[in-house]
Amino acid sequence: MIPAAFEYHAPGSIGEATALLVKFGDEAKVLSGGQSLIPLMKLRLAGPRHLVDINGIPDLAYIREADGFLRIGALTRESELEESDLVRTRYPLLHDTCQVIADPLVRNLATIGGNLAHGDPANDHPATMLALGAEVVAIGRKGERRIPIASFFTGPFATALGPDEILVEVRVPIPPPRSGGAYLKLERKVGDFATAAVAVQLALGANGACEQVGIGLTNVGLTPIKAGQAEAALKGKRPDDKAIQRAAQLAADASQPSEDLRGPVEYKKDLVRVLTARALKRALERAGGR
Amino acid sequence: MQITLSINGEKHEADVEPRFLLVHLIRDILRLTGTHIGCDTTHCGACTVLLDGRPVKSCTMFAVQARGKEIMTVEGLEQNGKLHPLQEGFMAEHGLQCGYCTPGMLMTSHAFLKTHPTPTEEDIRRAISGNLCRCTGYVNIVKAIQYAAAKLRG
Repeated sequence: MIPAAFEYHAPGSIGEATALLVKFGDEAKVLSGGQSLIPLMKLRLAGPRHLVDINGIPDLAYIREADGFLRIGALTRESELEESDLVRTRYPLLHDTCQVIADPLVRNLATIGGNLAHGDPANDHPATMLALGAEVVAIGRKGERRIPIASFFTGPFATALGPDEILVEVRVPIPPPRSGGAYLKLERKVGDFATAAVAVQLALGANGACEQVGIGLTNVGLTPIKAGQAEAALKGKRPDDKAIQRAAQLAADASQPSEDLRGPVEYKKDLVRVLTARALKRALERAGGR
Repeated sequence: MQITLSINGEKHEADVEPRFLLVHLIRDILRLTGTHIGCDTTHCGACTVLLDGRPVKSCTMFAVQARGKEIMTVEGLEQNGKLHPLQEGFMAEHGLQCGYCTPGMLMTSHAFLKTHPTPTEEDIRRAISGNLCRCTGYVNIVKAIQYAAAKLRG
């Protein structure tokens, strides 16, 4: 399959890239890893007239802690996250997530920036970043701005990014001591989108109660879902079995899946309940809570 | 668009439309037909080539993106008429039946063994999880990769 014809641009800087986006507006798309965009273009579900390839822009791929954040450059490949000692030892939720995205070959090209900017509720980083309370940094015509992840996903395949903006960095707050996280995904096979998946991040206080709780849901709604009521039910409480079961039920209630080949609505909602409970338990273990 | 890239150590120049996929350049223009097109939808891995040493799906990358890069295809495995230990392994252990997925399997496992000289069975299965085989059930593919790993360790 060959995509519709387009004009190819390979800017050497963010400034050049945003200038191209300003010039071509809705007719342009940013090409990052291309592992979602190119399949859509081949199926002619997307047909940008101009493709702005940001892969040649230097200094957009990095993973480092600075100023209270884990800062990840938008062009960082999933495989680089997977192999990062920093991610593996300090960010177990993120490490879980990048190991189950698509397949190992796709992960060699796919980027974290693309995974978020694509705005697909079936992608895995959105729920994880919701649970981690991350923010993204975008650069556009008017300069740089920071967008909290909770207000980033505005609809199916739609984000808060303006047509002239490029996502350049993801910032995850460095978790306090006694933190833990986990991502649990059920997929029919490697490479398939999640039937459902749940991201959990929590931090325990000195008394063993949950000081911070983040819960994000993948592919059970038109956008990635932040399970706010489930989070609120745990906050300030000791995460005993009863509290976990209650939060898991609230997460299931927050999901809005639709029936498809992966299963009916009731099944997917119950899957969210089960995965949330398991992810909470694993996050708790990793936080040293039991 | 005029591009230059290196394939199996040899420099190539080509004039390609931006919408041309890397696999089209490799197969249709350069006539290196060892790389296969399977599903054409980023699932099966039959089109796997190495891009600067990393296995990627050449049906999901534009040829223009490979300008200035080093590509390795299955044709680059054999050296001076001698099969690579992986190719030997797939023969010795019966790691193929129809052979359609084999070039992709070989390229993925070639990159994998460079970084994992003593893999467990689970490591191997995980590494090839982006390459689909509909014939073998994978058992003999895993054995073939183990054969090559042992031979490469010497």
